[in-house]
Amino acid sequence: MLSRRDALGVLSGAAAAPWLAAFEAAAAPLTYTLQPVKLDDGIWMVAGVPEAITLANGGAIANISILDTTAGAIVIDTGPSHRYGEALAKLASELTGKPVARVYLTHFHPDHIFGNQGFAPDVIASSQGVADGMKELGEAFAGAMYHSAGDWMRGTELVLPGTIVGSDVEDFGNRRIRPLAMRGHTGADLVLFDELSGFLFAGDLVFLDRAPTTPHADLERWRISLANLGGIPHARLVPGHGPAEDSGRGIEQTRQWLEAIEGIVRDAFEKGLDVTEAITLPLPSWTEKIALARYEYERTVMHLYPKFEADRWPRVDKKG
Amino acid sequence: MMRILSLLLLIAMPLSPVRAAPPADPLQSPMWADLAKLYFADAPVEFDARVKISVPGIVENQAHVPVTADARGVEGVVKMIVFADLNPIQLVLKLTPVAAAPYISFRMKVEQSTPVRAAALTADGVWHVGGVFLEAAGGGCSAPASARKDADWTDTLGQAQGRLWREADGLARARFRVRHPMDTGLAKDNTPAYYIERVEMRGAAGEPLARLEMFEPMSEDPTLTLMVRLPPADSTLEIEGRDNNGGIYRSSLPAPWRQSGLEPVRGVPGSRAPC
Repeated sequence: MLSRRDALGVLSGAAAAPWLAAFEAAAAPLTYTLQPVKLDDGIWMVAGVPEAITLANGGAIANISILDTTAGAIVIDTGPSHRYGEALAKLASELTGKPVARVYLTHFHPDHIFGNQGFAPDVIASSQGVADGMKELGEAFAGAMYHSAGDWMRGTELVLPGTIVGSDVEDFGNRRIRPLAMRGHTGADLVLFDELSGFLFAGDLVFLDRAPTTPHADLERWRISLANLGGIPHARLVPGHGPAEDSGRGIEQTRQWLEAIEGIVRDAFEKGLDVTEAITLPLPSWTEKIALARYEYERTVMHLYPKFEADRWPRVDKKG
Repeated sequence: MMRILSLLLLIAMPLSPVRAAPPADPLQSPMWADLAKLYFADAPVEFDARVKISVPGIVENQAHVPVTADARGVEGVVKMIVFADLNPIQLVLKLTPVAAAPYISFRMKVEQSTPVRAAALTADGVWHVGGVFLEAAGGGCSAPASARKDADWTDTLGQAQGRLWREADGLARARFRVRHPMDTGLAKDNTPAYYIERVEMRGAAGEPLARLEMFEPMSEDPTLTLMVRLPPADSTLEIEGRDNNGGIYRSSLPAPWRQSGLEPVRGVPGSRAPC
């Protein structure tokens, strides 16, 4: 006769019971460990992991930046959840020793905005387009995030930006931040340029060594924005996902990826393949070193196909 | 103990004399036994790896999940159905491939993670079943059609687009889309069920090539890929759809591939000899 304890031992040792491991993980308190990396005097980045949003990473996949100014801390993007936002607010005041004077949201995607609860709504700023996107899609994003990240999302609610910025420079004493409204990754992408350091915070217009995401992309606009970004002299570029470099690699790799992927999808579409067939096509070998290449390619097929079908097929109904 | 046994016997009795239970479900769905009874009744059922369901590795739009059901590996398929066990409405479509491949690509709504299965009936009366477990967040069936946000949705109702390609084996691959809200009747806005329930593909002479019945889980603006044996002389594939309110939708897909130089050599002496 097996005792209950023996039975448990047998079960937890068995590879056939992975759900037990899940229970154990769920029982542990979920806390984000934010590890800031200093990029420059008074500039830190908390790097997102190059992964999809999962129960393991709690959605902490996007880069978050913190800047010290004489007027207070500046935070760029707030992360995926209430818990993340709380941890981020604490980190920002620890690093700078000052309250948070400004939070910028680069765009409306959930891995960048659901930490807003950690901050006073009035200091949270973005463009009108970002606020509109959050209003329209926030509820759907919350549902999707709870599904993907699970209990990390507990207590997370949408908080809209209390301040709308245009193209006017914002003065924080020793730093002046220039907001640059662009689009392409979404209908409203807010790029931020720090005049003091020459750092360009590109949001998700730039990905590096992590495949770009396209759920709300306009690829033609995106390419134009990348060209514009390349034309802005900058000391260093902080992408939405991937390492911050002074190399220009991020802009170039993002441009290359979009061109290659759009070409493959368009070709599959023109050959008459349906979505489930197109997602199995091979990718160019250089994409092997890009994290999530296959995963994001699949998503992009699903994003582009309905547009191609609506835009490129001739009308065949006898009414029309 | 006796009482439990007799209870079990009582439950088992109406079933057991008629037929054997369906084979155990590899996807372990709680709905399998009931759905197998509903769709296959007393017919023999077997799980068959040649019946394939393909879905993406990630679902981010539960109202438009791309699915391919492909039973081309099975000879003599006379009918194919697709269903999703854990959907509020399980049956998605029934395909009768009169002169067509037992193949269909389409997009469907899912309300939660669910097995998605295809079952192909062969002429010998056996159902061949294949399927996958689809991971998804919820809500695809209860979200109102996006047409419902648009006051002018009737302006585009029935508009159709599409193209034909030629497959290596001579079949015509038809890809086709028709604008229709395909309301499930389960949406939060209380719109009653309103969907295209029948689609027939025909050759120029009106002979049926494929008959398709669609149900509520089919996505808004149904987008289909089918492969039909369109006679090479035909210059169009005719498609007629009917919705549950009696709306008729007629389309005609031109066959541009006839001009592409790919037309097989016919009537040339000697060309039909060897195989």
